[in-house]
Amino acid sequence: MKILVCVKQVPDAREIEIDPVTNNLIREGVPSIINPFDAYTLEVAVRIKEVTKNTEITVLSMGPMQAEEALRTCLSVGADKAYLCCDEDVFKGSDTLATSYILASAIKMIESREGAFDLIMAGKQAVDCETGQVGPELAAHLGIAQVTYALEVTNGSDTIIVKRSSDQGYDMVSVRKPAVVTVEKPIYNPRYPSIKSKLEANKKPITIITSKDIPGLDLSRCGVDGSPTRVDRIYAPVRNKHCVKISEETAKESAVKLVDLLREAKKLG
Amino acid sequence: MNKDEWKNLWVYIETEENIAKPVGYELLAPARELANKMEQKLVAVVIGGNVENIANEAIAYGADEVLLVEGDEYYNYSTDAYGYALETLVHKYKPSIILLGATHNGRDLGPRVACNLNTGLSADCTIMDYDKENSNVIWTRPTYGGDLMAAILCSGHRPQMGTVRQGIFKKAKKNRDRTGVIIREDIHIAKEDIRLKLIERVKEVAERVELEEAEIIVAAGRGIGSPEGYKIIEDFAKELNGVPAASRAIVDAGWVPYAYQVGQTGKIVSPKLYIACGISGAMQHTMGMSGSDCIVAINKDPDAPIFDVADYGIVGDLFEVIPELIEVLKEVR
Repeated sequence: MKILVCVKQVPDAREIEIDPVTNNLIREGVPSIINPFDAYTLEVAVRIKEVTKNTEITVLSMGPMQAEEALRTCLSVGADKAYLCCDEDVFKGSDTLATSYILASAIKMIESREGAFDLIMAGKQAVDCETGQVGPELAAHLGIAQVTYALEVTNGSDTIIVKRSSDQGYDMVSVRKPAVVTVEKPIYNPRYPSIKSKLEANKKPITIITSKDIPGLDLSRCGVDGSPTRVDRIYAPVRNKHCVKISEETAKESAVKLVDLLREAKKLG
Repeated sequence: MNKDEWKNLWVYIETEENIAKPVGYELLAPARELANKMEQKLVAVVIGGNVENIANEAIAYGADEVLLVEGDEYYNYSTDAYGYALETLVHKYKPSIILLGATHNGRDLGPRVACNLNTGLSADCTIMDYDKENSNVIWTRPTYGGDLMAAILCSGHRPQMGTVRQGIFKKAKKNRDRTGVIIREDIHIAKEDIRLKLIERVKEVAERVELEEAEIIVAAGRGIGSPEGYKIIEDFAKELNGVPAASRAIVDAGWVPYAYQVGQTGKIVSPKLYIACGISGAMQHTMGMSGSDCIVAINKDPDAPIFDVADYGIVGDLFEVIPELIEVLKEVR
């Protein structure tokens, strides 16, 4: 079985700060991590590999050269091969439609070299932009089936069986191969690399894919030009509520005052 | 692209097992205002098994017209059937704007359809405005964990699509006297073209947390210090006949299950009373609860941003304040 896992390198949200004057993100020195949902996805894929003979996992990312780091980590926890779409001049500024077009084109190129994937996976969303759109858009570009919000994924004979989180509980569904499956947080955590697996990962190649490596890539569908949406402006939200602050001598007095105010305002039901 | 060919505002009313999700009706409220600004029609799109009653409801909530697609293949959601139906409608009618609820199925369908239509989709919008001169929607959504807002345009492509989470907008008052046109569209897809099969559906009613419907919510943040600290929040909620909830920080830490999470990546709630205990008030959280009628914050740090969105605040240690509040509430009842 051949599995492809898409991963994105994202800034570690816990470390991001905003410039109070310009409202811009302070990106310098912010450490990068693998998007947590992509890390879960890789773990799900590795667990399929452990119970399915002759399974190979390829990881694919798009981003700056720095994203090699994330792919290297993937190689140390179960991925076999890695590709990075990296071409600042052409790919930079891509929205979800352009990103999914580039990834779909790269996948077709990889498939022409190495054979078709049975299962293409990604995290349900990236934690930096939180759109959750690249997975379904990738499936649309490739013209294959999709299942989103997977909690568990198992390999059937010509289908993939997915436990899909729903608004009320979950659905067990089967989907015809090949398919794109996006993954929610499963009940288990991603594994850590060992020193040995890290050393082995260092020996594996990471293949860089530029726009020139993808035959027939339509450049007008990449980057800013290929993106139907554009961010017009970014601003800090205005907060203008007036808060009545209670700070009496004792906690008891504060409690009495708050309950009085809430009763007066008829907020206690 | 000739943008003038693309007219009207569509709201997709999601159904499952012949029941409409509330977010579809909610979206008709802001959509009504937008359609008025546009001076164009507000059209509800209803796809489902047997859902004519939902088409009538959509009119009562503000739609001028309903496009109704019915068939056995639509009783349960599948990307293939729903995507095919929605895309067929778009090709025929050319809407300028499509709004969808950001439910699991809405976020499954929206990008699939947007990609096939080669257009843009803005996820999880909280404000929609309209630039009449250019017939563009200005989609505004929280970004970077919710600390900033981004205004997004899709100026060169049609339709312009966006998703909105449940609870961001309130349903308009239902008006049974409103009249509208229901147009039935006969769109069907062969069974073998639906690549997904539903094997089993499990509804976990027992574990469901009814945060969205709760009138009083008591939410905890990192200030509770440990998983054991959540007990006092549950006790407080019980005393108020409310429901306990949690910030992302303590859900991520594994102290409280995800079903209790309020915020941008959790539930969006708008109870009568929301009491935030030991929550600093990152936008990630506040955008999930700022629609509450009355907000109370309890926090040790007098400069915590939660006080900026609160109506009442107590500056103090929640472990000292909450037991006193429970006592006082017991006395006054």
